[in-house]
Amino acid sequence: MKKELIGVYTIWLRDIKRYFRDRPRIIASFAQPILFLFVLGTGIASSFSTFGGGSGGDFLNFMFPGIVGMTVLFTSFFSAMSIVWDREFGFLREVLVTPISRTSIVVGKLLGGSTIAMIQGAIILLFSPLLKIPITFVIFFKIIGIMFLVAMTIATLGIVLASVIKSMQAFQVITNFLLMPMFFLSGALFPLNNTVKWMNVVAKINPLSYGIDAMRFAMLNNPAFQLYPLWLDIVVLASVTVVMSILGSFLFGRQD
Amino acid sequence: MNDINANNIIEVKNLVKEFKGLRAVDDITFSVKENEIFGFLGPNGAGKTTTINIICTLLSKTSGEVTLGGYNVARERNKIRNCIGMVFQDPSLDDRLTALENLYFHGLLYNIPRSALKERSEEVLKMVNLSSRKNNLVMTYSGGMKRRLEIARGLLHYPKILFLDEPTLGLDPQTRNKIWDYIIKLKKSKNITIFLTSHYMEETEICDRIAIIDEGKIIALDTPDNLKNTIGGDIITILSEENVKLKKYIKEITGSDVHDAKEGEIRFEIKDSSSFIPKFIKNSPVKILSISARKPTLNDVFLDLTGREIREENASARDNLRMRMRGRMRH
Ligand SMILES: Nc1ncnc2c1ncn2[C@@H]1O[C@H](COP(=O)(O)OP(=O)(O)OP(=O)(O)O)[C@@H](O)[C@H]1O
Ligand SMILES: [Mg+2]
Repeated sequence: MKKELIGVYTIWLRDIKRYFRDRPRIIASFAQPILFLFVLGTGIASSFSTFGGGSGGDFLNFMFPGIVGMTVLFTSFFSAMSIVWDREFGFLREVLVTPISRTSIVVGKLLGGSTIAMIQGAIILLFSPLLKIPITFVIFFKIIGIMFLVAMTIATLGIVLASVIKSMQAFQVITNFLLMPMFFLSGALFPLNNTVKWMNVVAKINPLSYGIDAMRFAMLNNPAFQLYPLWLDIVVLASVTVVMSILGSFLFGRQD
Repeated sequence: MNDINANNIIEVKNLVKEFKGLRAVDDITFSVKENEIFGFLGPNGAGKTTTINIICTLLSKTSGEVTLGGYNVARERNKIRNCIGMVFQDPSLDDRLTALENLYFHGLLYNIPRSALKERSEEVLKMVNLSSRKNNLVMTYSGGMKRRLEIARGLLHYPKILFLDEPTLGLDPQTRNKIWDYIIKLKKSKNITIFLTSHYMEETEICDRIAIIDEGKIIALDTPDNLKNTIGGDIITILSEENVKLKKYIKEITGSDVHDAKEGEIRFEIKDSSSFIPKFIKNSPVKILSISARKPTLNDVFLDLTGREIREENASARDNLRMRMRGRMRH
């Protein structure tokens, strides 16, 4: 048992170490959220006056938790997917011949990816003063907790997909046909309660929409923006995580 | 299992591995003795890596029996993993970490106590002459240094068996020699069984025993000397003005088969070349442009058994390309 815990810790630590050494990756990972928030977000917000809507400032506030969610989504998904090519071409092959169980490897990888996603998300929070969103100590820790849960959920999904697909080529396909739709239909960029019906239905089966919902609750606590009660968000995220991580370690442990 | 020879550390019986209809390993049987260097020699795609992966518990087998140290590969994976060290064909270091960190993580996974880990890391680094670079990122290492570090890592947990899958692939000749020096040194200084694969024929001469493998089958298994003795003497290559006539003549006087070799040359085997050549040149009905004699190599053994060269001329260029592509695919 102790051996397995050390194994989990080792896999986790390696991912964290690599992350902090990879400056280009850290810097590049801010390009997208900043683009979304300050170009797309500001652009859309200012168009509200053209089309005669309400104040655009609210929209930026609405979008901010969504952008934090986006950062968490992409970071944790990609780190989880790296379990595939690491297995074929990298360090993980070496780990696979050590006497550490496959489950520990998966758990270590999940925790590593989620920790990094959490750090990335937390850095985006630094922009909150620009949007005049007050983030107190308590709110910060709530957000951290929710980010971690969302990151775990997405990472487990990533591991399940990675173990099923096992090919680098399919990776682009997954990004375009799964990850992007998941993001667009999560309520990150626009509210889902007033849209067409099918979107509403898709949002209900999209685990990320529960994550964004919880994130928005923690940051803004504005009932008008909420889709579900917080407990429901947490229950859904936690259940998906548990089911997917069991499935993931089973699939990953299968031998060719 | 009483029928297992006590000296055999690996026993493979009727091993078969199929990938979607392709028989990568086709009913092979062999054993590896304790403390020997055992080599798997064969061309690309022969099934070397596949066999190693099965023995190392990374791949499941289609059928057959495989035991290592008396443990069954299908049922006692963790026991096997505990006593093997592995150097993969493709790079498996973490190049954003330093050499010491790579070793540290490896040691943790084998549950080596931290106090011992430091000492052992220094020990294996010294063995492969990397002590002075131990705090550099692996990214900054040359191909040969990476390979050496992988060997050091494979030894860190004091395995009973070390697997080396193409340890010199894609390296320049000088570095290759160095790697082999380390392997020989290792063999001398430790009680360890080494199982290696290669398709550089000459290099496997350091093995105690070699299995030649082709298209998933073992086609010969013996000591390098015995394998070479299966060839009937020295190899003679001749360039002449009239090959057809000369071939007929040689067949007549020696009784051995004459083959076409590269660049319009012909080749055949003869027992005592040094006394044969002067006589031959004097009596030849055809003008001889050049003639050379050499001791048989394992390559000749392979050629003899399969009618093919083990390596095409451009193989090493392709290997290099493969290494580079793999390198790029990592993130
Ligand atoms: N995962 C796989 N799926 C399908 N086919 C495979 C797989 N792995 C190996 N093969 C096939 O099995 C055969 C043996 O491959 P293997 O890698 O064992 O050869 P090798 O002797 O190690 O060759 P090399 O010298 O190129 O390393 C090849 O034809 C290869 O294409
Ligand atoms: Mg191979």
